[in-house]
Amino acid sequence: MRPAFRLAAAAALLACATPALAHRAWLVPSTTIVSGTDDWVSIDAAISNDLFFADHNPMRPDMVKVWAPDGSPAQLQNAATLHYRSVFDVRIDKPGTWKIGTTQSAVMGSFKVDGVDWRVGGRGFGGPGGPARPVAPGATRPAGEGPPPGMQQRPSVATVAEIPANATDLKLTEVIGQNNVFVTAGAPTTTVFQPTNKALEMVPVTHPDELVSNEPAKFRFLVDGKPAAGLKVTLVPGGKRYRDGEGAFDVTAGADGVAEVKWPFAGLFWLNATTTDSHPSAPRATERRMSYTATLEVVAP
Amino acid sequence: MRKTPLLLAGALAAPASAGTISITIPQVPVAEYHRPYVAAWIEPAGGGAAQTVFVWYDIKKKGNEPGTKWLSELRTFWRKGGRSLTLPADGLSGATRAPGTYQIPLPASLKTGTYTLYVEAARETGGRELVSVPLTIPAKAARAAGKTELGTVTIR
Repeated sequence: MRPAFRLAAAAALLACATPALAHRAWLVPSTTIVSGTDDWVSIDAAISNDLFFADHNPMRPDMVKVWAPDGSPAQLQNAATLHYRSVFDVRIDKPGTWKIGTTQSAVMGSFKVDGVDWRVGGRGFGGPGGPARPVAPGATRPAGEGPPPGMQQRPSVATVAEIPANATDLKLTEVIGQNNVFVTAGAPTTTVFQPTNKALEMVPVTHPDELVSNEPAKFRFLVDGKPAAGLKVTLVPGGKRYRDGEGAFDVTAGADGVAEVKWPFAGLFWLNATTTDSHPSAPRATERRMSYTATLEVVAP
Repeated sequence: MRKTPLLLAGALAAPASAGTISITIPQVPVAEYHRPYVAAWIEPAGGGAAQTVFVWYDIKKKGNEPGTKWLSELRTFWRKGGRSLTLPADGLSGATRAPGTYQIPLPASLKTGTYTLYVEAARETGGRELVSVPLTIPAKAARAAGKTELGTVTIR
């Protein structure tokens, strides 16, 4: 399967890297609830098709940030990048809800110079816009990074600033996303959900660390601080291998941006929403592609 | 179980509206047995704040992994009130108990009305079970039974 993935990744790269690829970036904490403030969570982070099976690529730990319950930055510890997943610890030493995850903000696109296609930005190791891992000439490219040897690669520039003045057919897309998990020590708090009113964000109505399979949960989605009315939100349960189907389902946000989720069963769920508009904040970009991802733990009643 | 003697016993043992909960921790025939963490709380029938009745956990274990670390395994209790308790809590928390039947007085402060009594047990290397019993104040006889980690729970 892996060569096929690689080809798909390469094709997407040539077609200007759509994030709609099936590969999913995910984080899975050892628990989302801890009793005290002298505890640790161990987190797996990877990129794969099926949730939450680490069978493709690790997520780079240096892309992951930790927010303590007061919103201040905190540390990853014991980070290791393994073949299929990375793993790290977070010491939960303050009460309240912690946020652990990645944020992404990049500009990607293409232009032409003298009839030759160029691209802007690149599909990094950890997703669109992520920094590319340097590869020594002659070295084997890590899986998933760009086209395999022998495939023609389009010339590219890393940033918008490097686009030459004589460029034509400029098409730039701003790509903004975040991917989080939430861990709560003691009573849940909401500081880490304070919206910045920029791009796509989730503000819980039901706290993500209070999810029970027999209680519908509500999450409010905002774009630039305004309700993301009609937003499609996809939920994918983990453990596809133990069922026939993937079991993914969609819910739609109402006019108030609130999406209600009725859980089919207890377990881990990967929540993902994407939306596109024409209000990028990056100069020269014409389109904005936004995504919000979270791994949620739903317990049995 | 007949109702009348239970009611009589309750009336004799406790004053006015207060009742007593009787909880059985069953014998579990396993090689590695640990006494379960058990908690009970009361919720108004129409919804509202939960009131903790008791929580039994490993109060002696300290150090790297103190007994409090596993309190969230009582996952419903944890969400309904355990997480906002400061432990040890005077009159509420106590040590884990061996299999047997225990009598616990209902909180005397409960106002007349209808409630639900919840009892949750979680055992290391074992299972977890939640049992609920309808509760009326003044106390009326009621009973429910667990299947695995809890035996009968009666109110009288």
